[in-house]
Formats: sequence, C-alpha cells, structure tokens
Amino acid sequence: MAQITLNRRGFLVSAAAGGLSVGWSLPGTAQTAGGQAAASAEARALGIWVVIHPDDSTTIRIAKSEMGQGTLTGLAQLVADELDADWGKVRTEYVAPELNQSSKRAWGDMSTGGSRGIRTSVEYVRQGGAAARAMLIQAAAARWGAVPADCTAADSAVTHSASGRTLRYGELANEASRLPVPAMVALKDPAQWKLIGKGVPRLDTADKLNGAQVFAIDVKLPDMLHAAIAQCPVFGGKLGQYDAAAVQAMPGVRHVLAVGDNAVAVVADGWWQARTALEKLAVTWDEGPNANISSAMIADRLREGLTAHDAAVGHRIGDVHTAMQGAVKRVEGVYGTPFLNHATLEPMNCTALVTEHGVEVWVGTQNGDATLAAAAEAADVPLAQVKVNKLILGGGFGRRGFQDFTRQAVLIAKQVPGRPVKMIWSREEDMQHGYYRPVTQCRLEGGLDGQGNLTALHMRLSGQSILASIAPSRMENGLDKLAFQGLLEDEFGYMAIPNLLIDHAVRNTHVPVGFWRGVNHNQNAIYLECFIDELAHAAGRDPLEFRRALMTKNPKNLAVLDAAAAKAGWGTPTAPGVYRGLCQNHGFGSYTAAVAEVSVSDAGVLKLHRIVAASDMGYAVNPDQIDAQVAGSFVYGLSAVLYSENTLERGRIVEGNFDSYEVMRLAEMPKVETVLVPSGGFWGGVGEPTIAVAAPAVLNAIFAATGKRVRSLPLKGQDLRQA
Amino acid sequence: MVKLDINGQVHALDVDPETPLLWVLRDKLGMMGTKYGCGIAQCGACSVHIDGAVTRSCSLPVSAVSGKVVTIEGLSPDSRHPVQVAWLAHQVPQCGYCQSGQIMAAAALLAEKPQPTDADIDAAMTNICRCGTYGRIRAAIHDAAASKA
Repeated sequence: MAQITLNRRGFLVSAAAGGLSVGWSLPGTAQTAGGQAAASAEARALGIWVVIHPDDSTTIRIAKSEMGQGTLTGLAQLVADELDADWGKVRTEYVAPELNQSSKRAWGDMSTGGSRGIRTSVEYVRQGGAAARAMLIQAAAARWGAVPADCTAADSAVTHSASGRTLRYGELANEASRLPVPAMVALKDPAQWKLIGKGVPRLDTADKLNGAQVFAIDVKLPDMLHAAIAQCPVFGGKLGQYDAAAVQAMPGVRHVLAVGDNAVAVVADGWWQARTALEKLAVTWDEGPNANISSAMIADRLREGLTAHDAAVGHRIGDVHTAMQGAVKRVEGVYGTPFLNHATLEPMNCTALVTEHGVEVWVGTQNGDATLAAAAEAADVPLAQVKVNKLILGGGFGRRGFQDFTRQAVLIAKQVPGRPVKMIWSREEDMQHGYYRPVTQCRLEGGLDGQGNLTALHMRLSGQSILASIAPSRMENGLDKLAFQGLLEDEFGYMAIPNLLIDHAVRNTHVPVGFWRGVNHNQNAIYLECFIDELAHAAGRDPLEFRRALMTKNPKNLAVLDAAAAKAGWGTPTAPGVYRGLCQNHGFGSYTAAVAEVSVSDAGVLKLHRIVAASDMGYAVNPDQIDAQVAGSFVYGLSAVLYSENTLERGRIVEGNFDSYEVMRLAEMPKVETVLVPSGGFWGGVGEPTIAVAAPAVLNAIFAATGKRVRSLPLKGQDLRQA
Repeated sequence: MVKLDINGQVHALDVDPETPLLWVLRDKLGMMGTKYGCGIAQCGACSVHIDGAVTRSCSLPVSAVSGKVVTIEGLSPDSRHPVQVAWLAHQVPQCGYCQSGQIMAAAALLAEKPQPTDADIDAAMTNICRCGTYGRIRAAIHDAAASKA
C-alpha cells in the first residue's frame, strides 16, 4: 500500500510503492521527491527514460496511462529491448505531468487514446533505451581503455568481446550518467529484437490479484474528506436552489457546496455519509432549453438528415448518381445506433488538495498534461503550482481523457482549503453525465449490375459530430473527418468500387459526446459491413467472395480477411443450426477481420458460439496482450450489440445503473480465437482496431441464421425468430 | 457499536448501522481492495466472503453482517491462493478494477464445487468486467480446479 507523507512545503508526496509516481532527481530539472531522494540516491538517470539502480534493477519511465490495455508493459518492452536490459529487473514508473510541463514536454504527449500509446511514441522511447545502452557501453569501454565498438551489451551487462570482461549496468550507471546523452542512436533491426514480439507477462499483475493496486478511488490521505456530487440532470442546465440547512446536521456532514454553476456537492467524513445526505438534499435545477428533448425527437432529426440536400462529402469516387440510375438492381438500407456510456467499472473520481502553495490532485487520467492544465484553471493558479499524481485507471475506454471530474474535485477542494477531498461519482452520476458515443443513423444505397457486381454505393451518415461538439476548431469547412473513420481513402477497404459517395449530415444534440473505445469506427463498420453483406445476398453471391472482388486495391485488408476466413473454415460445414458471418475493417493503423458463429433458437434466443479474429498491426510487440485486447474488444463491442443503450427523456439520460444499462457477462462470452498476421514495416494500434469488427460479424451471422437483417442496436427486445 | 470479524480480526466500530459493509471496509477500516462499482449488487466489484459465501458488500447494511468476513486482503497470506496463482499464470487482469471481486467469486465457487463445469462457472461468475477478461477467467478457474484435484 502506498505510503503518503506531507513534506515541508505542505505538499503531499507519494512513495513509489503501489504504482504511485515519484520524481527522481533529474539533470536539468529541479524536481526531487523530498524525503524520497535519499532512498534512491544511488539510482542514476541515463537520459529521461531510464533509471539504473546499483543492483541493476531498471526503472523505465512511462508517459502514457495504463488503463488495462497493457501499455506499461508494451512501452517498457520497447525501451528494455534497445537497452538490452534483463527483463526480470525492469519496473516502470509514471512520469509526473508537472515534470513534463516544466521540461517543455520532454516526454512527449501524455494523451493516451486512439490506440496511439505505442505507435506514436515507439521511435522516441526506443531511442531512449538505445541512448542509455550507448552511454553504459561507453562508460564500460572507458574503464577498460577499450573502444565502444569492441563491447556488447546483453542482460543488463556490458562485455568486452576480446577479453571477456564484464561489468553490470548497476556498476556502470554512475559513470554513464555523467556522459552526454547521444542525440540519435541506430535502432535494432527487427531480427535483433529480444523482447519486442514476445508475450512476456505484464509488469502490473501482482498487485491486481490481492487488492493492493491503488486506483484513484483508493487514495488515502491524512485528514481527507469525502464528497458526493449531483449535477444538473439535463445537459446544459444550471444549479438552482438547494436547502443546505436540512442536511447540514446529518452524521458526518461537513459542507454543502455549489460546484461551478451546474452541480452541488456534500462533503462529509465518509463517502456513504456524503451520498446519503446528498440524496436527502432538496435541489431545484434550472434545466434550461433542453428539458423537453427525447430520443424520439433526436431520431426524427437524424432521419431528416438522411435525405437532406446539404451534407459534407468525405469520400467520392466517380459519379454515384449516374451509376445508380444505370443499375440493374438497387438495394437500400437504413441503420441506426444509440448513445453509449463508457461505463468504466471505476466510476469517475478525483482527490484534490488546495493550499496556499497550489493544488495537488490524485486521479486516473488518460491525459496527464490536460489534467495539469484543468487543475490549474480550476484552482486559478499557475501551472507551476500544480502537482498531478497519476494512478492506474479502473478502465478508461476514452472517458478519462476528459477533465470534468478533475475540475469539479478542485472546485470542491478550493472551498475546503488545506484538506484533501476525495470526490467520487455514484454509478448513476457516472451513467448520466458521460461523454457518450454519438447517436447516428445511416442510409445506404447500392447499385448492382446484371452480373451482381457493385457499381455504385452511396452512404449517408446523419448524426452527431464529436469534433463539432467538443473540438470545433478541428472541423474542416464543415467536415468532421473523424466522423468518417474507416471510410476515407486511407482506411476504406473497398477502393475498387467504381462509383462511391460517402457524406455526412451533421446533426448535433445537446448531449455531450466523446471518444468511446473504437470511436466512430464502431457504427461506421456496422453500417458498411452489414450493408455489404446485404448487397452480397441481393447479388446472390457469397459474402466473402463478394468482398474479395471489391478489395483488389486493398491487399492488406484482404490478407487479413482471408486469414480470418481460413481459420474459421469459411465455406465448410458448421455444426447443425450454427451460422457464420464475417466482416473486415482498417483503423487505428491496423487491419482487422472477424468471423462469428452463432445460432438462434426457434424461440429467438441468440447464442454466440465462436469468434475468429484476425489482425495485422505491423509489428506485434506483445502477442499475449494483443490476444487480451482482441478478446476484450469483443466483450465491449458485443455488450453494445446485445444490450447497451442510453436514451433520453426530458433532456436527461434515462438509464442509471447496470440494471438498465446492461453489459455482457461471462456466461455469454463466446470462445475467441485470435489470428495474428503481423506483416511488419509499420506499428499499428491494438486496443481499439478489433472492436469495429465485433458487431458486424455477429449481425451478419444472425442474418445467415434467421434471414433477419438487424439494422438498429441494441438487440435487446428485438424479435430474432426466423423470418 | 458494531462488531465485525474481518480476516480473523474483530473490530468494534462506531458506525451508522445502515452503512453498507463496503463503505465500512473502505472508509472506516481503510481496506481498499474491495471496490465500489454500482452500489446495487449488480456488478460484483464489492464481493467478499461471509462465512464462505460470496456476498456483494455494497448493498449489505453492516448491522446485518453476522458471520465472519473475508476480503481480498485476507484470501491468502501470501497471494498464493490457487485462484490467484491461476490468475497470474493466465494473465487475467487488464485494468484490474473488477478482479478483487472476480477472484473472491471464483474462490467461493471452487470451495463449493472443487471441479466446476462450464455451466457452474457461467452460473457463479456473474461479476461485470468491462475490459473483457471473461475467457481467461474461465480458463483460470479450470486450471485452479485442476491444481487442487
């Protein structure tokens, strides 16, 4: 368990145990960790990524956030491989966001999302490992009076080839740390990798087996108070009146506070006391202009967008309208998917302490840099007076890239100066105040010629734009390119379609939207891949063969689709009553495909029997963790297929907890067989690419089983009995 | 005053008898391994054993606790309970937040049924994992059962 003490400035300093970060003494920075410096006095930093201890144990610094996706382990593998470190001696430590801030973001962008953890930092973290190895070799060579080229490194030791003399990294670290950090070192060829490509065990498992892992919700600080919060249930509404006096005398209650202009919090000795008092608190809300909006109204608005004249064009090949008029057969389908909450199992929470010296927060964040900025803004102090303690996330999935809960915790703590306050959202608060996967609809029209070839495809998206809603500066002349994930030339798998038009009618709502694992790939892949399946059936052709003919310009997509189909035995008999569906996608830098095997009973009960998932992420850093991410993607993606949906009544989210926002449980989990076909030459993402193929593979299999084309999700409540 | 036997230690606590056991564990006793996930006994992150039976502590008033409570911290003195060993071997946890509850549920299942079938596992393991570790949980339970056989 983490030990937490007050240092002389009144700031709280956390020790390295339990995954809390500790700032090492770094060249060029003034950062030390108070009383902790002495304990690590002999550890030496070689550059900014690697710290070597006298016993050879090696601390690798990680700037990205661990939320279960295995990035701590994967990034450490990249550094340790170039470092030639003994993997058994490697541990990791988070870079403190304030250190990144004060050193001009020396550790790069801390934002962790978009499956970018490895693929955007792979070059500079490997450089960090390679530079440290070069320094250690140079130090050894200097001791021996040898030239570095005659020395080799392996397993945390340098060997002089001619004499066989060896020095351990721990013996060399002090001298090596005094050498200049080389600017650019040649990286290993893939053939020389020892750790990259190995399914080594995760570095963060032990504490997750016995309750010792400290998540933000578990932080314990001296004199800490606990806060429960209620936000205006209607998005965009404000806090009206509340009767603090009525709950002030309840057990443990210390304060009843307004939080910004839209929330109220009760601060108490314990969270249960705070929550109980908050439930008793009479609050009136100024619900604002959105208080009458319902899901039905939003659906009508999106439906209008499906045929609206104006739409932002994302992808155009040839002339769809002319080609469509010449088609022998036309097929049309209208699809829709709902708002979805991330529902991380650890609800949003943050602990904050505001003193005369500044503000300190303890939080699970996907973006340490942004958390630092948000805390500074909320506390109204300079960035230099903020300290952010990043903790392991109890799930992220995109939700913890937002800073709303950090801002709130600081606004509360500001009103209770000198005492840390841990604010925890109830599950209901979490469910009803998310940044939801956007609601969208899609109308597709395809034209087939007399031979059953697809000659024209029009895909009209209508719905909420994430960028227009939260980052309007990233819109390009009314175009949200992110809304077209999987559909633009760099990712679209069917570039041989001769006439193509994909456009988007932006129809925003008052509901906050954000990046939900897989983001817009989720619904776009459902629309495209299910409709391609519809076209194949309309053409009387096999869904695999129909796709293959359209993928002649997309060899990597095709290879992965073929790999999935081959492993699943596409075209071979299934068990009686079991049917297959397949699909493919390209996103977050990786190619994925899946085959699902399902059955639907006479009573309409769906059973998922088997999933085969193939992916090409270029280089596979840790195949065992990729397998875990692929399987997990199906659970997250299929929860959305089977059950999950957020609906609106009177401007607010209806669902409050896991009884109404259901998710998949173990009994429904099909066997997932992963097929990794890394083709090399690029670094693709892993955490998100596969989720896009989860839903369409199953939906296409349901059609094969029943003849019923499911065009809106979730399946809950839909009649799947055979058509 | 409420008396609780937790992991073999008896505590006399001055708490509101309506307080759920979960929040007594976390905020009164500082035992943070048992997690809050939903507060309505849906997700199982708060699972503990009471006289060996897996129980969701978020919805159980502390005054209603009559038996001996074991939490994830007390499951094994050295983290070598067969379930923990199997969890490590199968690299089950991703984010890890649900895993205290999953492990407690699996340990209770194996205590009751040393050789569970897939159907037994389906019925007993109803805890939510948002990362999606279900496949590995199933495999690890079978392994833990085999190691005890």
